[in-house]
Amino acid sequence: MNKSTPSLWKATFAIVRKDLAAEFRSFELVSAMLVFSLLVIIIFNFALELDIKVREAANAGILWTTFAFAGTLGLNRSMSVEKDRGCMDGLLLAPVDRSAIYFGKALSNLAFMFIVEAIVIPMYSMLYNVNLFRIDLLVVILLGSIGYAAVGTLLAAMSVQTRMREVLLPILLFPVAIPVLLAAVKCSSGLLAGDPFSDILTPFNLLLVYDIIFIAIAFMTFDFVVEE
Amino acid sequence: MIQVKKLVKRFGLKTILRGLDFSVAQGEFVALLGPNGAGKTTFLRILASLSRPSLGEVRIAGHRLPHDAAQVRAKLGVVSHMPLLYPDLTAEENLQFYARMYGIDGMDARITEVLDLVGLERRRKDLVRAFSRGMQQRLAIGRAVIHNPEVMLFDEPYTGLDQDASEMLDEVLRSVAAKGRTVVMTSHDLVRAEELATRFDILSRGVITASAARADLKQTNLLSFYKQSLES
Repeated sequence: MNKSTPSLWKATFAIVRKDLAAEFRSFELVSAMLVFSLLVIIIFNFALELDIKVREAANAGILWTTFAFAGTLGLNRSMSVEKDRGCMDGLLLAPVDRSAIYFGKALSNLAFMFIVEAIVIPMYSMLYNVNLFRIDLLVVILLGSIGYAAVGTLLAAMSVQTRMREVLLPILLFPVAIPVLLAAVKCSSGLLAGDPFSDILTPFNLLLVYDIIFIAIAFMTFDFVVEE
Repeated sequence: MIQVKKLVKRFGLKTILRGLDFSVAQGEFVALLGPNGAGKTTFLRILASLSRPSLGEVRIAGHRLPHDAAQVRAKLGVVSHMPLLYPDLTAEENLQFYARMYGIDGMDARITEVLDLVGLERRRKDLVRAFSRGMQQRLAIGRAVIHNPEVMLFDEPYTGLDQDASEMLDEVLRSVAAKGRTVVMTSHDLVRAEELATRFDILSRGVITASAARADLKQTNLLSFYKQSLES
């Protein structure tokens, strides 16, 4: 038997593959995120039914509120699975760069968010009578989700080690993720209002910069977060 | 193989390990015994590079912790009372995942070999969530030896096992130790420790208070040695 330390990316994709295989067998995480998302958009749909102007103005906000809440649910569950059976120790015992664990979990969380978004976006388009299938809007959703998953995975790894993890994650995550969420909402509302791309360039650039900053910070600090 | 000098571990103001000295030669099977709260699990977590020492020196297979943690982890297999397995994956998928994390070539042949060793070859396609506690613990040992480690750390491996499952685990542990591996096992089960280990160390209040080789225990049994060590 030959063995060699796996590269960062091999270990990262081993974690993503494992998470996707486990999720496609149980559908616990995605189904919970999906049901929650659909409930949120249906409740908002009823709440804003009579006021079309408010509905149009609130589209971007509702969309990102849905993604953020559902994402938090997924982040919490994804890390709890590792912690509850001691599997986090199993990951930490592997002779790989610990950043691989971060990137693996962040990519899995991102994949779960994308699956939910792929179902929520058409549902939202139907219920709110708005076309969300625009390449520029989808790019904004992609960047916003990357930023949210990047910072969320780091904070979920931190909060999962506490007794109050279900409560602690949103308390930690929402204030820290505000720059990403604000930039994503600004971009989305501008695009849905038909503004030219030059008008949303500032929040779009902010979104890009926050994504890079959050990924870099998480990459540098994950080792300390998971260590006892 | 393992050298520990003046190891101290503090959690805030609480000191768990107080200048612990410990060494294990290659191929030795050491049972680390002691009451609850003595610091056994904390000590094993430091050896496993899951926790940093506050003070002191830890060397495993010539590598220093925490500096050479990745090299140490490549040579370590760890089994705790938790199986560290994913319930929604099959036995084979769990081992495939860990084989990838350890960069093992010829993964399929190695997985078959390991499943044979722990007696789960016929259950390789079954989900871990359908396994009994004993089967999960045997698979956990398979997970821990998938990369053929030189050093094995067992933290209370018998916790929650019934008599039959414990006897099966005895056999697996014997076959794991028989391959010349260095083993450190914490346990409250003195009978099993006496059957398996070649040396017995008593850890109490953060230090090793007594140590005896199996040959030295001929005149007395492990229980009286253990009680005497704690009383002194």
